[in-house]
Amino acid sequence: MFDLDLWREIFQSINKNRVRSLLSGFTVSFAILLFVILFGIANGLKNTFKEAFGNDALNRVFVNSGRTVSASEGLQAGRRIQFKNEDYNFIKDEFQDKVEFITGQINKNVNASFRNEKNNYNVRAIHPDHQFIENTEIKEGRFINQNDLNNTTKVVVIGRLVEEDLFLQTKALGKYINLSGIPYKIVGVFADDGGDSEERLIYMPITTAQRVYGNNDDIDQITLTYNPELNYDQALAFSNLLTSKLKDRFSVSATDQRAIRVHNLATEAKRVNIFNLALTSIILIIGLGTLIAGVVGISNIMIFIVKERTKEIGIRKALGASPRSIVSIILIECIIVTTIAGYVGLLIGFGVLKLSGPGLAAYMIKDPYVSTSLVISATITLILAGAIAGYFPAKRASNIKPIVAIRNE
Amino acid sequence: MIVKPISYNDINVNKMLEIRNLHKSYPIGDSSLHVLKGINLTVEDGEMVAIMGSSGSGKSTLLNIIGMLDEADSGEYILDGLPIKNLTEKKAALYRNKFLGFIFQSFNLINYKTALENVALPLYYQGMSRKERQELAMFHLGKVGLTEWSHHLPKELSGGQKQRVAIARALAANPKLLLADEPTGALDSGTSYEIMKFIQDLNDEGKTILMVTHEEDIANMCKRIVRLRDGVIMEDTKITQVRAQQYV
Ligand SMILES: Nc1ncnc2c1ncn2[C@@H]1O[C@H](COP(=O)(O)OP(=O)(O)OP(=O)(O)O)[C@@H](O)[C@H]1O
Ligand SMILES: [Mg+2]
Repeated sequence: MFDLDLWREIFQSINKNRVRSLLSGFTVSFAILLFVILFGIANGLKNTFKEAFGNDALNRVFVNSGRTVSASEGLQAGRRIQFKNEDYNFIKDEFQDKVEFITGQINKNVNASFRNEKNNYNVRAIHPDHQFIENTEIKEGRFINQNDLNNTTKVVVIGRLVEEDLFLQTKALGKYINLSGIPYKIVGVFADDGGDSEERLIYMPITTAQRVYGNNDDIDQITLTYNPELNYDQALAFSNLLTSKLKDRFSVSATDQRAIRVHNLATEAKRVNIFNLALTSIILIIGLGTLIAGVVGISNIMIFIVKERTKEIGIRKALGASPRSIVSIILIECIIVTTIAGYVGLLIGFGVLKLSGPGLAAYMIKDPYVSTSLVISATITLILAGAIAGYFPAKRASNIKPIVAIRNE
Repeated sequence: MIVKPISYNDINVNKMLEIRNLHKSYPIGDSSLHVLKGINLTVEDGEMVAIMGSSGSGKSTLLNIIGMLDEADSGEYILDGLPIKNLTEKKAALYRNKFLGFIFQSFNLINYKTALENVALPLYYQGMSRKERQELAMFHLGKVGLTEWSHHLPKELSGGQKQRVAIARALAANPKLLLADEPTGALDSGTSYEIMKFIQDLNDEGKTILMVTHEEDIANMCKRIVRLRDGVIMEDTKITQVRAQQYV
């Protein structure tokens, strides 16, 4: 039921007792403000951390080769290990059920030009799976596909910044780019949130690079992701097995750390998860802490308000106010003040985060934000706490004898 | 003293209130202070009674019990035919609102409300519409001569003006019984007589009035004087009323 008179009474009381309203509102605003800012900072830390790892898959394994350190099986030390297509196929076949995506990689530095624009770029010759391992985002066209590999076509996919550098304001897609004297057709443009250097790359089918740069089937590096269903221990076991099989294959001593190097990100992934868990716990503790402080604050204020209003309650009762009307007038006033104050705290908090966000980037805090629904839940919690905290003293005050209340100073 | 219990057949419609063997004590630490030790009092409709007695004799205590602001420990109290005993707070609120008007020595106005809003408050609790409330409150303020002051806060009013606002508020709900605890106690004699004039006018219009006072001249402006001592009524006499008009 909407009782206009009741609301008038309440708004008058809020308005005429401004100091009281402001004080109680301030506590709530402050609690919500703190909540928003602390939460925002914690989230910003989390973002920084996330960004450090980009959006690259965390279940990656890098396989590199080098020179042998020790002699083994009659072979001399210092022998150079070179991966070939057959090694790529070997891993793919041998670990079918463990490998999710796999790509070989050859890196070359090229002079690229389009019309009068020239620049130096890294070319990465890869298999199609590379797209999923790096989480490359195709802006236009497509990525390298199996067809390109089968036909060793002269096509490339260029980074967003390559397009910007060489093609200026025009579209690169479908045009031919000259790489160290050979024209390649641009079939795609990609973006990558791994930073500028990632967006100055040029992707090429690995078979094309093999033919153009040496007419061989060498592979510099193999990168793969393991089946995400493997747990930490299984993932480590997998990469250990991969290492020993490759060492066997190349007749490398089991103790040689240089010739075959398998780096599994699972170790880092585990650390990331632990850090994330710690950060999440800190965020939760911060949230709960601020809320509890706010609840205690609003409870004290309600007790204080009821005490302060005892005489008024007595007068109202002497004039015929029912206990119910007394309780509702106090509670609704409390709820209104808390709601408005909570909203103000929320606005200020968001404002502070927005204004200080760019400046905080220097302190490892990126995009500090808090979800609105979270803050609203926090405010509602405070409102409920205030209402409950106010209810009992209000109820008690509404039931004391009027004369006792009136004498209260 | 043997006190005959009230039987409902005895209740005279003209009796505003009837009190039998009323006791009240206040706990003080471990012991208790016996303030009212068996009060017997009957007040008829339309009477104007002064309650006198030395300080601490229990005058306010008695008046508060009559006004349902406090409760007796034992004894009977019948207000306009209704036994006041173990009433729910809700019912008590209704009676305070419809039956009783209270005037306090310290005015007890709500400080953040204007004179008009203070007078309108009991009407709000009667559930009257805002417009009606304001009109009626204005009418009563006019009766105590404060039309011009209706939008002032209590702190902007003199003591006499505040008490007049309190009278207007007590009257607004049109109570049958008006209770005043030293209504002139905080006022100079000139202002006191002015207030007494209002109260006498009300009594002339038929309202029953009970007032506590220390001052003989104020008591003499009533029609009956009840004197308390040691928790009982020591003397109860009808007097010839002195009109306040002549002093104003
Ligand atoms: N709430 C209370 N708790 C304890 N004692 C009380 C309380 N109220 C009143 N008394 C005591 O009861 C006695 C009667 O008080 P009461 O206020 O009724 O006196 P009174 O006749 O109105 O006096 P006065 O003329 O000074 O107003 C006094 O001794 C007072 O101290
Ligand atoms: Mg007194």
